[in-house]
Amino acid sequence: MEALLEIDNIEVVYNKAVQVLRGLSLRVPKGAIVALLGSNGAGKSTTLKSVSGLLTLEDGEVTAGEVRFRGKDVKGVPPEKLVRNGLFHVMEGRRVFEDLTVEENLIAATYALTGNKPSLSDSYELVYNYFPRLKERRKQLAGYLSGGEQQMLALGRALIAQPDLIMLDEPSLGLAPLLVEEIFTIVARINREQGTAILLVEQNAAVSLAIASYGYIMENGKIVIDGPTEKLTANEDVQEFYLGVGGAEGETRSYRDIKHYKRRKRWLS
Amino acid sequence: MDWLFFGEISLAGLAMGGLYALIALGFVMIYKATRVINFAIGEIMMFAAYLFLAFAGGMELSAWIALPLAVIGGSILGGVIEKTMIRPMLGESPISVVMVTIGIASILVGLVEFVWTADPQLLPNFLPREPVFIGPLYLAPKIAYGFLIGAALLIVYLLYFRFSRGGVALRATASDQAAAYSMGINVRRVFNLAWVFGSLAASLAGVLVAATGGLSPQFGIIGLSVLVVVIVGGLDSILGALVAGVFIGWLETVAGAYLGGEYRMPATFVVLAVILVIRPYGLFGTHEIERV
Repeated sequence: MEALLEIDNIEVVYNKAVQVLRGLSLRVPKGAIVALLGSNGAGKSTTLKSVSGLLTLEDGEVTAGEVRFRGKDVKGVPPEKLVRNGLFHVMEGRRVFEDLTVEENLIAATYALTGNKPSLSDSYELVYNYFPRLKERRKQLAGYLSGGEQQMLALGRALIAQPDLIMLDEPSLGLAPLLVEEIFTIVARINREQGTAILLVEQNAAVSLAIASYGYIMENGKIVIDGPTEKLTANEDVQEFYLGVGGAEGETRSYRDIKHYKRRKRWLS
Repeated sequence: MDWLFFGEISLAGLAMGGLYALIALGFVMIYKATRVINFAIGEIMMFAAYLFLAFAGGMELSAWIALPLAVIGGSILGGVIEKTMIRPMLGESPISVVMVTIGIASILVGLVEFVWTADPQLLPNFLPREPVFIGPLYLAPKIAYGFLIGAALLIVYLLYFRFSRGGVALRATASDQAAAYSMGINVRRVFNLAWVFGSLAASLAGVLVAATGGLSPQFGIIGLSVLVVVIVGGLDSILGALVAGVFIGWLETVAGAYLGGEYRMPATFVVLAVILVIRPYGLFGTHEIERV
């Protein structure tokens, strides 16, 4: 399948001192959901920021490798241009504009349409259709929404922009399990109905792999294992370390075997 | 106590306060969008007032043509300052940026002295001269009409912030810069426009204030009063700028009338000190938690 986003061997350094990504590659085909999994500090968010150009705001820099969106190198393209070209980044922690109303948050997202697509009059209806709760609260300040509603608003802003690719950074962060399921169901629906490709960054491997077609797992700034989700979920190591299923023998491991855990966790050794 | 006198003084003070509110709005706009404390705002006002002097006095244009020209000139100055001197400082420590604005202020003073000399000047009068009475209270026409013009622009700004799409972009940028980028908002352009329109407000107020009180290269001192206004109101609060602007304008005028001109500034600074003790973020400012 044709690749929408290709990340080719990138390295990222913060403050010219701290290297976070060490030769990471991945690709997102058109219209697919791809999951990028990994634990805290693996560099998942950094990966997304180096694609969307927000890295420079944090004094980070891509020192090697290339990121191509629709076959074109994104290097030097200002972040707002990338958004307008159809690459929408939903940042970690939702980042709604707290002192703007729900509706104004959506209006802010119409800037993503500048210079190409006309703003659809029914695009607000589309958002409210996916998230009826936002409609009820559209005159309220976004800061007063619950965590789940804020995540819905963050997704709603992405929908307004009608992008080809949404990069979702930890939509499950701080949400109750039921709500996580609801959000992920809607993400899958958006992908199905709007044809939007989704690059999903998560710590919650189980729900992510449930809706993704392909998965990457990263550790310490590079991909350690990847494959179609069926293959990944069948993988013994993935099961044990990311899905919380017991070892191959079906028994749960206790922390007494911590040494064993550590040894097994080194994928490439 | 002579209540009529007090009423007249208060009225003049409130009208002056309206202009302070306008300048403070320009200041807050720049601060909200770009987080730059612009110490050059008084000098931008002064520069615009001198432009007016040049257009209306020197070139003998009609004041109603000279006024918009001077205001546009001041706005362009703000835009150019942002693009050439403030933008390269992006990401530097706030103190360095403040020092740059102070530097700009003294450059402008020098420039004005070079072109127009250091002598005080009078602006040609362009506002109607008939005395204005509100009930039994007399108000100097220059102040009254200056207030009306200033208030008109102020209202336009407030409506724009609240209801327009551009206002949403500005508030979004103020609220979360990175998120604004990720919405496709051209944040650098918002920065520039904030400087342009902030300077526009200051420029108009500059011409109006100079028309009532005269003009000299020391005119920029008024920036100090404005600083008091924005700190009392809360640096990032538009409502605060309005309320504190009117209040400080009134206080300065009343203190000047009853205690003598030399007490104008001390009176406002006493208020400033008290407010800072009670509410360190100003009357309406947001509490900010610095994250490293």
